[in-house]
Amino acid sequence: MTAAGRAFKYGDNVDTDAIIPARYLNTSDPAELAAHCMEDLDPSFAGAVRPGDVLVGGRNFGCGSSREHAPVAIKAAGVSCVIAASFARIFYRNAVNIGLPILESPEAAAGIEAGDRLSLDFGSGTISDGTKNSSWRSAPFPPFMRRIMEAGGLTEYVRARLTEAGDSGAEGGGS
Amino acid sequence: MPMTMTQKILAAHAGLESVEPGQLLEAGLDLVLGNDITAPPAIREFRKMGARTVFDRDRVVLVPDHFAPNKDIKAAEQCKCMRDFAREQEVTHYFEVGEMGIEHALLPERGLVLPGDLVIGADSHTCTYGAAGAFSTGVGSTDMAAGMALGRLWFKVPEAIRVVLTGKPSGWAGGKDLILTLIGMIGVDGALYQSLEFQGAGVAALTMEERLTVSNMAIEAGAKNGIFPVDEATRAWAASVSERPYREYRADPDAVYAREVRIDLSRLVPVVAFPHLPSNVRPASEAGDVPVDQVVIGSCTNGRIEDLRIAAAILRGRRVARTVRCIVIPATQRIYLQAIREGLAEDFVEAGAVLSTPTCGPCLGGHMGILAAGERAVATTNRNFVGRMGHPESEIYLAGPAVAAAAAVTGRIRDPSEVLEAPDRERLLSTPEPGWGGGRAASRGRSRDAVPAGGAR
Ligand code: SF4
Repeated sequence: MTAAGRAFKYGDNVDTDAIIPARYLNTSDPAELAAHCMEDLDPSFAGAVRPGDVLVGGRNFGCGSSREHAPVAIKAAGVSCVIAASFARIFYRNAVNIGLPILESPEAAAGIEAGDRLSLDFGSGTISDGTKNSSWRSAPFPPFMRRIMEAGGLTEYVRARLTEAGDSGAEGGGS
Repeated sequence: MPMTMTQKILAAHAGLESVEPGQLLEAGLDLVLGNDITAPPAIREFRKMGARTVFDRDRVVLVPDHFAPNKDIKAAEQCKCMRDFAREQEVTHYFEVGEMGIEHALLPERGLVLPGDLVIGADSHTCTYGAAGAFSTGVGSTDMAAGMALGRLWFKVPEAIRVVLTGKPSGWAGGKDLILTLIGMIGVDGALYQSLEFQGAGVAALTMEERLTVSNMAIEAGAKNGIFPVDEATRAWAASVSERPYREYRADPDAVYAREVRIDLSRLVPVVAFPHLPSNVRPASEAGDVPVDQVVIGSCTNGRIEDLRIAAAILRGRRVARTVRCIVIPATQRIYLQAIREGLAEDFVEAGAVLSTPTCGPCLGGHMGILAAGERAVATTNRNFVGRMGHPESEIYLAGPAVAAAAAVTGRIRDPSEVLEAPDRERLLSTPEPGWGGGRAASRGRSRDAVPAGGAR
């Protein structure tokens, strides 16, 4: 799996209130959330972001609340991947669970500048910066998490499990 | 291999002899929690998973608290989605408006979390129950859905920071000052992917309510959970809220910690976290001249009865400054009733404060006290991020109930002792005797048959 796009760069501790302010949490519609993504930090983001673009943050990206609305808003805005020096743990879980690719690399997070053209290879964890002509490697996902991501997220993963087990709690057919 | 307290609880719930930091495992869940913001997406994912029934209708807890009582039509629809699901699944612990409260105050009060439990909640402050000696952590909505469907979830075993507490707090300093001081020391990502394990002789000096405040904000240091050992106070509390048997876990004496932090509670002073990070901590006495427009006393961090007693001690017989709106929000219906029975409600209203029904409300900028551009609030809540309580150009100063109440009275951030010399701690935090504080013996007299104090019920 690969992706390519321009970098939008922000600093340390980008919190979930910055990613999607709580005043918009009375909906969970991805398109509506995307329209307000990053609004308080960068009001121009939602209008400027294009499919494939990459969000780059510093340390502790996604800190704050457990709202899955945050990675959902980012994904629905068209962002192909978030690169950061480190991620807050609930954001990390949520991104894995909803299938938003995230790569942890302090070097890439420091080296990339706003507007750089990036291409990403998720299989190898390679981040290439075409503008700077440099590249970095991030640690690939542990196999357990890769299984969840490959299944298309935790929902599909659980669905497959329920179907397999013929669990009394599971429906047979598609829904 | 020696294990930390958190590692032992995870190992036991995964059916493993021992675990190591970094290990991924799947563990059985004792409780799965969601609220009006996070449950609706979880319900949608639950259906997409093809699940028909929750794994155990006694182990799913649904609480409309964030935008409830419904703040607008969209919020009403989210609450309805959760209510309909609770009815369809015959969820035992669904708390309707009228008996609800802020989830993290409500669950300990109802004895739904006990020592040794493994709890997940689709809310980051689910880490609150570490105060009870449980492993509890915040997750997202899809995790909640998986938890409801399977009764199991994946976890990465964390390493831990040992926080050694010594001494006893005195004066106005309390649990909130402890956790803010700690976050100031280690930073908002100081415990990223780690547990905070509180230990040492100082633990015994903290009330259960203060421990709940401390564990509540573990997430503000990036921690996965913040856990206290089980002691006499924990056992007394557990016995007062539930008859369910529970298991106590203790960290091995030779458990390995990533780091050790020591805090002498006798040196704690009332502190304030300046905008826009919970780690921007300073002593309240060194705040400088910060005029305040609004004071919020409430939330899952500091909306319990002890917090209200502290605030009332300062507001009693005084007036909220003309330039300040003071909003007091008891965290649950029982706390609300207790505040009425103890006469605290009268203290607040007579001082010119607003007393609200339990809700998260302004804590997350929902309703009941939103800030305009340029306005400043002192709040006993847990996050002071940009825009958290309203306009992105507003500011939030986090503090404990004493600093907040003093700010309400003076219109400035002050050390509370400038308003009132701190009373004896035991007396301040305990249920008032009839006639305590004088004046309203009749209303206070009823407190003898009232529900036991906050953390207790
Ligand atoms: S009171 Fe605030 S922090 Fe606590 S659960 Fe509600 S919104 Fe979250």
